[in-house]
Amino acid sequence: MAASMLFQMRRHCSLVPCLTVAKRQYASNPPSLFSKVFLQLNQRFLEVEYLIRLGNWFKNRDVRRKNLFYDYAQKKYGVNVAAAYSILKLGGAFRFAGQTEWFCTDSKGKFSFDFVNTPDSTIEEIDLSRTLINQAGLHNLMSQRKLRSLSVQGCPEVDDWFLARLHVFSETLQELNLSHCPRITVGGLAALQHLRQLQQLDISSLPQVQSPGLVHILVEEMLPHCKVIGAEYDQGLQIQTDNREPTDADSLRHAQT
Amino acid sequence: MFSLPKVRFTGRSYKTLSLINSHCCSFGVNSSRSFGTGRHVRKDFIQDLENQFKAFRDKAKAAMPGSDWSPIQVTRGLPPERADVVIIGGGVIGWSIAYWLKRKLMSRDSLRVVLVEKDPTYSQASTVLSAGGIRQQFSLKENIQLSLASASFMKNINEHLGVLNEDPIDLQFNHSGYLFLANEAWAHIMEESYAIQKELGAEVTLLSPAQLKERFPCVNTDGVALASLGLENEGWFDPWTLLNAFRRKAMSMGVYQCFGEVTGFRCWTQNAETTDGDLLNIKRIKYVNVQMPNSLEYQPVECAVVVNAAGASSGKIGDMLGIGHGPKTSVAAIPVPVEPRKRFVYVVHCPDGPGLECPFLIDYSGVYLRREGLGGNYITGMSPEESEEPDCSNLDVDHEFFQEKIWPRLAHRIPVFENLKVSGAWAGFYDYNSFDQNGIVGLHPLVNNMYFATGFSGHGLQHSPAVGRAVAELILDGRFKTIDMSSFDFRRILRQEPMLEKNIV
Ligand SMILES: Cc1cc2nc3c(=O)[nH]c(=O)nc-3n(C[C@H](O)[C@H](O)[C@H](O)COP(=O)(O)OP(=O)(O)OC[C@H]3O[C@@H](n4cnc5c(N)ncnc54)[C@H](O)[C@@H]3O)c2cc1C
Repeated sequence: MAASMLFQMRRHCSLVPCLTVAKRQYASNPPSLFSKVFLQLNQRFLEVEYLIRLGNWFKNRDVRRKNLFYDYAQKKYGVNVAAAYSILKLGGAFRFAGQTEWFCTDSKGKFSFDFVNTPDSTIEEIDLSRTLINQAGLHNLMSQRKLRSLSVQGCPEVDDWFLARLHVFSETLQELNLSHCPRITVGGLAALQHLRQLQQLDISSLPQVQSPGLVHILVEEMLPHCKVIGAEYDQGLQIQTDNREPTDADSLRHAQT
Repeated sequence: MFSLPKVRFTGRSYKTLSLINSHCCSFGVNSSRSFGTGRHVRKDFIQDLENQFKAFRDKAKAAMPGSDWSPIQVTRGLPPERADVVIIGGGVIGWSIAYWLKRKLMSRDSLRVVLVEKDPTYSQASTVLSAGGIRQQFSLKENIQLSLASASFMKNINEHLGVLNEDPIDLQFNHSGYLFLANEAWAHIMEESYAIQKELGAEVTLLSPAQLKERFPCVNTDGVALASLGLENEGWFDPWTLLNAFRRKAMSMGVYQCFGEVTGFRCWTQNAETTDGDLLNIKRIKYVNVQMPNSLEYQPVECAVVVNAAGASSGKIGDMLGIGHGPKTSVAAIPVPVEPRKRFVYVVHCPDGPGLECPFLIDYSGVYLRREGLGGNYITGMSPEESEEPDCSNLDVDHEFFQEKIWPRLAHRIPVFENLKVSGAWAGFYDYNSFDQNGIVGLHPLVNNMYFATGFSGHGLQHSPAVGRAVAELILDGRFKTIDMSSFDFRRILRQEPMLEKNIV
């Protein structure tokens, strides 16, 4: 540490050599291992950051893997099979149009590949609640133009950009459940205006939405034919009548007495 | 670190010392006199000594490596004497370039980038005074590609600009598309642009007047022949957040920020002859003079490459280099065609206006409108006629412009706006390219180490992530790698071949 300080001083002024002599004893004092490591790391700032980025990359690998675009499956088996496969891979469930039974995974994440035999059936209902789907994963589902109902309840990776991509289902989507998604904000809810067929929308418990009561009203106005489930209208509004009225009444009472 | 002088003193001496209130450490003064107020004085002295130790400790701490203390008095904030790249202008374009330059090279010291910004408060920078919109509804292929690339950058902004141990970035992106309205004369242009946008993968849809009425009942469709609405990757966001995110990340990657004004250059000149026999002065910048704020002191920064990202004042920078001062009829007589143009933005309040579904409306009359927050506030504005450009020496707002030009048009288009209250207004400078209203990206042919990234005329903010990457590619790789922007080169101006963008707001 001392050495680098002296180096810094030398850079700044040519008189420093005389000082250096006086301080020689410190220069010969070896810096502690800790500070040596620290100085080394300081010089390797970008590399360290790169390593940490790599760490994050590994951490997010799961999300990315689950949201891969199944290009190969689409080409080989058709778009419907690829969509079905991607849903089951994510741990979600779906129902084909004209059928009543749901395809889903068992507790170990295994599932049957029966859907491969019916490449022509399109998906009508999708339940992806509590999965890792994000806007990239939505790409696999874009082909499902008969989709009627979608639930992404409690999905940690669903954000405003996800909502902005839902417009592809604008002709068919009737039910949408977005409740408990921690990343959705008002800015994303505005994108739901394109879903003209929507009949039921659940936007309850969105922690990032401030004044949920007001947002509830605004979403209802935006989608006049849709039943919106969400916060009570007065939630998040600061209701001051409670505080103010008594004081008015008090002052009245005072005036009378 | 420093050896403290060993201090030894007797009980008598320090009384004297503190009485004469000495600040220098001349210990060991002996005095035969002593006063009887001993205790009080002793306390004073010890406090005094403690203060001095404290000051000394601070000084020692300041001399530790990593601090900017030096034995010689230097002005704080002086730029380094040498740099590889000097970027002029710390707006969103400048910082984006700085970020991408560092991003493309993974080692901290491989490139020394200095960014010079004259105004730490950004009081006049267009970035923070803009409306913050992003759209894909352009007519030129490059502009659409730039927007798409920037939107996908913003989608993953935390992967790009997130800094360790800092809060994640929230751009406050509002996903409401732009709604362009065209009259009969414009409709075919809109259709052409639509075809290009679709081809490049932008999600846009055309609406007939009837469909428009159905989607947006508050809009009066008189005179509208066609409308186009953006479905995805369009909307508006907070420009200040984007600027700060770029800045924070670039600085964490080792870009030097320096507050000072670029006032001049020192160049090498070389004479060259064109095939027509014209004599040309080819310049190469050796030093950029950076003047410190509130002082006459300036520092020449020796550099290899200069990037002109000074926004509305980049024409002035070109002027300093003598661009445009050459002999008439030669290419050297063509100045950098970027000048400040003042644009007003008005904040209006209208409780009955459109709600969450309010798009970024752009009427063919030139008026635009977008929602601001959820409380019935909107911002609106329009570009004046070429002949009525306001004076650009200050940022004062002309309120009559709203009353006379904007309000009638706005109320015609959305009748509920007949009742409104103007609750605020501001003005900002467009970095207006008077030649063809498009960005200028690339080297200047006559100054062979100055790169331009300017002239975006009202869509620079949304293109900044992609433009930054393009300029970094140009500097480090020598050519464009992701989006080919060679048609934005300065040469089109020298050749007088404008590349007109039809959808300019
Ligand atoms: C009212 C308004 C609305 C707009 N709306 C939108 C919109 O909706 N969408 C969109 O994409 N764009 C919009 N824009 C345009 C956008 O703001 C600009 O294109 C963009 O910000 C340009 O960025 P910049 O970094 O080049 O310039 P600036 O932000 O102006 O930065 C240039 C910087 O250079 C500094 N500088 C200048 N000269 C010197 C010098 N000699 N030495 C040192 N520093 C210097 C200045 O201080 C300034 O900070 C709008 C602009 C205005 C005015």
